[in-house]
Amino acid sequence: MAERKLLPRDSDDEGSLLSRLGTDSPKPRVKFGGMFCNVEGAYENKTLNFESSTSPTDGSTSPTDSSTSPTDGSTTDRLIIKGGKIVNDDQSFYADIYVEDGTIKQIGENLLVPGGVKTVDAYGHIVIPGGIDVNTSLQTSQLGMSPSDDFYHGTKAALAGGTTMIIDHVVPEPGASLLGAYDQWKDIADRGSCCDYSLHMDITRWHDGLFEEMESLVKNKGVNSFLIFMAYKDKFQSSDSQMYEMFGIIRDLGAIAQVHAENGDIIDEEQKRLLELGITGPEGHVLCHPEEVETEAVYRAITIAKQANCPLYITKVMSKSAADVIAKARKKGMVVYGEPITASLGTDGSHYWSKNWAKAAAFVMSPPLSPDPSTPDYLNSLLSCGDLQVTASGHSTFSTAQKAVGKDNFTLIPEGTNGIEERLAIVWEKAVATGKMDENEFVAVTSTNAAKLFNLYPRKGRIAVGSDADIVIWNPKETKTISAATHALTVEINIFEGMEVRGAPVVVISQGKIVLEGGKLNVTEGSGRFVPRKAYPDFIYKRIKARSKMADARGVPRGNYDGPVHDVISMTKSVPATPSSRGPQCPGKGPLGPTRNLHQSGFTLSGTQIDDHIPRRSAQRIVAPPGGRSNITSLS
Amino acid sequence: MSGQGYQGKKNIPRITSDRLLIKGAIIVNDDQSFCADIYMEDGHIKQIGENLIVPGGVKTIDAHGRMLMPGGIDVHTRFQMPDRGMTSVDDFYQGTRAALAGGTTMIIDHVVPEPGVSLLSAFEQWREWADSKSCCDYSLHVDITEWHKGVQEEMEALVKDHGVNSFLVYLAYKGVFQLADSQVYEVFSVIRDLGAIAQVHAENGDIVAEEQRRILEQGITGPEGHVLSRPEEVEAEAINRSVTVANQTNCPLYVTKVMSKSAADVIAQARKKGTVVYGEPITASLGTDGSHYWSKNWAKAAAFITSPPLSPDPTTPDYLSSLLSCGDLQVTGSAHCTFNTAQRAVGKDDFTLIPEGTNGTEERMSLIWDKCVVTGKMDENQFVAVTSTNAAKIFNLYPRKGRIAVGSDADLVLWDPDVTKIISAKSHNSNVEYNIFEGVEVRGAPLVVISQGKIVLEEGNLHTTEGCGRFVGRKPFSDYVYKRIKARSRLAELRGVPRGLYDGPVCEVSVTPKTMTPASSAKSSPAKQAVAGAQPVRNLHQSGFSLSGAQVDDNLPRRNTQRIVEPPGGRANITSLG
Repeated sequence: MAERKLLPRDSDDEGSLLSRLGTDSPKPRVKFGGMFCNVEGAYENKTLNFESSTSPTDGSTSPTDSSTSPTDGSTTDRLIIKGGKIVNDDQSFYADIYVEDGTIKQIGENLLVPGGVKTVDAYGHIVIPGGIDVNTSLQTSQLGMSPSDDFYHGTKAALAGGTTMIIDHVVPEPGASLLGAYDQWKDIADRGSCCDYSLHMDITRWHDGLFEEMESLVKNKGVNSFLIFMAYKDKFQSSDSQMYEMFGIIRDLGAIAQVHAENGDIIDEEQKRLLELGITGPEGHVLCHPEEVETEAVYRAITIAKQANCPLYITKVMSKSAADVIAKARKKGMVVYGEPITASLGTDGSHYWSKNWAKAAAFVMSPPLSPDPSTPDYLNSLLSCGDLQVTASGHSTFSTAQKAVGKDNFTLIPEGTNGIEERLAIVWEKAVATGKMDENEFVAVTSTNAAKLFNLYPRKGRIAVGSDADIVIWNPKETKTISAATHALTVEINIFEGMEVRGAPVVVISQGKIVLEGGKLNVTEGSGRFVPRKAYPDFIYKRIKARSKMADARGVPRGNYDGPVHDVISMTKSVPATPSSRGPQCPGKGPLGPTRNLHQSGFTLSGTQIDDHIPRRSAQRIVAPPGGRSNITSLS
Repeated sequence: MSGQGYQGKKNIPRITSDRLLIKGAIIVNDDQSFCADIYMEDGHIKQIGENLIVPGGVKTIDAHGRMLMPGGIDVHTRFQMPDRGMTSVDDFYQGTRAALAGGTTMIIDHVVPEPGVSLLSAFEQWREWADSKSCCDYSLHVDITEWHKGVQEEMEALVKDHGVNSFLVYLAYKGVFQLADSQVYEVFSVIRDLGAIAQVHAENGDIVAEEQRRILEQGITGPEGHVLSRPEEVEAEAINRSVTVANQTNCPLYVTKVMSKSAADVIAQARKKGTVVYGEPITASLGTDGSHYWSKNWAKAAAFITSPPLSPDPTTPDYLSSLLSCGDLQVTGSAHCTFNTAQRAVGKDDFTLIPEGTNGTEERMSLIWDKCVVTGKMDENQFVAVTSTNAAKIFNLYPRKGRIAVGSDADLVLWDPDVTKIISAKSHNSNVEYNIFEGVEVRGAPLVVISQGKIVLEEGNLHTTEGCGRFVGRKPFSDYVYKRIKARSRLAELRGVPRGLYDGPVCEVSVTPKTMTPASSAKSSPAKQAVAGAQPVRNLHQSGFSLSGAQVDDNLPRRNTQRIVEPPGGRANITSLG
């Protein structure tokens, strides 16, 4: 890398500067054929049009002006990171990085920078794109209780762990307006969040009216992902046909369908049974959410998504068999992605049987951690080989007092575990330190893949000129013990308590500002910007679009059947439900296929007839036509 | 078939004697083959061995070293099946006649009560039809087309008093027969408690309904729409789901009509994981494929309509017969339910209205012989297992049916492995005018068929008697299925963790009823049951103290320690987290 040329320091001519990138950059590690192979054209043109990617409706809450206010000189906007090894998902190379105004302005050696720029020393460390945590619930209340880590505490912990962006789930009350919930969430996050954030929208109760709200969310509000619940019966759960409808809409909007995959019907029955058996402790939670119930729902979701030709994203992959189903579906060519979370990668469900109620309850979440102790290892392997693609935290914490609401009934224990802070360290410890993946793959699963899937790339998830200055300087050698005593969260139990992990962030830079240095967090409440996401992410929709073109089903052009037709006058009497439910009558009355036009006659029966609801049968009752049967029905 | 008939005497047209001796046969059971003579009387096998001592004047058949097997059991037929006022063209007489002609000496038919009709009265109706017409022994499955508490009592009566030990639930036919997952869970629990076998028609009805709508909207109205709206995955998904529910409820599962490779794979995989699940490919899926749905001849295309549909993948029959040979699939049925072309034409402008079902009861044995035994995939013992013995074991007919042994019913088939025959609607015994296996050449056919100790097929001539078929009652808790289920029930008892009482602070949730109305109503009822039930560990916790009158949090379980957010003297040690 020593022969790298200087990039001209001409910041206003960004276009030409970027166009050089292809020739100057080191040779990318080519990963042909992979799901996440290099962006086409990534090295030629990186002009980022941020004006268009910020929310079109409210350009007034422009991100930059909020960042100008805070304190003074020490938190300057200009930074140079020296001596580190830059690690992207496709390659690693040694270079310095110059950051100004929250974006990366230059990458190279011997950069020409203005004087008085703060220098960050990264010698011996790796410099990686900040982590993106794609699944947090920092505002979702359960049983009327707010999580103990709100947007402020949650994002603070995220930054402490090297995550510089989160995507939180908006959970509207069933029946409430999606847009209303979105505004509420955005308002709270704007005031509390310390790092950039974006929002997923959860569909808690489907009805036709939601279509317009979804459309407006995608087109005007920067939301390109919707979560559907297959669990939580009578509360959030959607039926298969509702899922089919939603998947169809989501595909048409160019968004991504996420599912919380568990069979709510079975869980509901099992909960009843277990409570009847007198099991009321947290072990009941995992007993009534067996692994197969998760696997079954993943399988079903994939089947429906395949039919609807909709990209699918499975949140919280918690068990081996669920991961297997995803891996297998991918082998068959489905567009499906799986997200293991910190908890499933770092620990297992044996703790549900802990004698300490508070500890057992701290692990309660859905789908639950698998009691099989080999699960974390297995999921890490699948994550390393690309069968699973993204890691998240599923962070949603409740204090012991809040969890204790369910002390006599495990179904009332609020669900969720911590993981937002520990995510990067645990993936490093379990996957990189053990040699399952390299540092590039580490960047892919913690940041880049998420950015690609949710259309944040290359603004996020990559260290490149023009990208946001969300950077982590990572020390692979540092060892740390996770403990509730030292973590940045407010919750009093950490499910990874006592776990020793190698790898920790030394410096975390968010929006071009140093937020963690020397073990000290320096965050600003409300400095996080909402990052809108556009529809039709390339990484997903290229394939979906091609398939849509291919998937047109074609009918067979046949001669008309003009043989005898059996009499079915009694049809309406005997099985009234059948005709209406097995197929709507309207298509039969609507325009017929081209071949059928010959069949239309001018003859009509006047008035309503007993068989009006049955599609036209002009040949009825001619059981044995004069002159014998016509040849089209002869069967030899 | 005529070329090399047996060498018996042709003096009297038909000996209706109850006594019969078969000499020089290779007796083929599912476990072994051996040479012996066999003597039967009064419809039962009385002696097996060499040099038997039999009364004089007994009709004797010389088998000349041919194979004698237990008669086939067709576990899935729908004779005389009503559909929207039409009745399938093969009634119990024609249907069982065709079965006998093909070497099947017992059928198990499906009782399909229309929603709203009681199971018992539907069962009686089917008994009446079958008793008056059936030419061979029969038994009945009962389909559960809707679910409520009354159905449970009827199921109990059917199992205890009427000799039914299998119930079918539908995961398809949305709005008509389809049950929701939680209903299926309940039905399976009831079935397990009764010792019966749960059968499923496995297709995801929700997806099918949506796809039907979409395809009709695209203007596709012909029979190809049927298979387009019911893709293979939809079948595999439903099987996967029913296996999951069956695992949870510890209920034995039997998947009817395995039509596709992926569906068979799901069953094979579940068996590898230890689930008690059985799969039934049918004559149609073993013998032909779904490419005919695209036939230009509407009548031909419509004749193949069945659900789940035949897979358009032409390698399916081969794959299914391999799985059948290796034991991943266990039983074969025919799902024989035939409608003639005029009846099918009800759906000539809308494929969703075409009545469903294909023929297969007559062709079943020959087709399996041709596809599996002739090709070397299975031997004759396995052939007996998949056409007869396994079915008898699963449905608790064994060893009365499905085995050649002293004391078993004299339902026998003398099999000719060398004869070649071309299946055709012109020569078959079914009433329907189109045979989906038209023109298929099969090797292997029955030479002599004996039902209830009487010869019903001889020299290509059928001698059946309408109404002579007996109803065969089946007892619950079939050993073959329930030994494992019982052992698992004993093991599966769940135990809670005996813990010290949690006496730390508890958060207040007085806002609950306001924000989460549907949730609390759904979730609190089981909680109440649990409080009422025995809770040995928790008893220490019950105090004599009670709040008088109705409280705002009455709907929540007992919480004696509520509101002590920061108890005096610090937290109790049970919640310390070191």
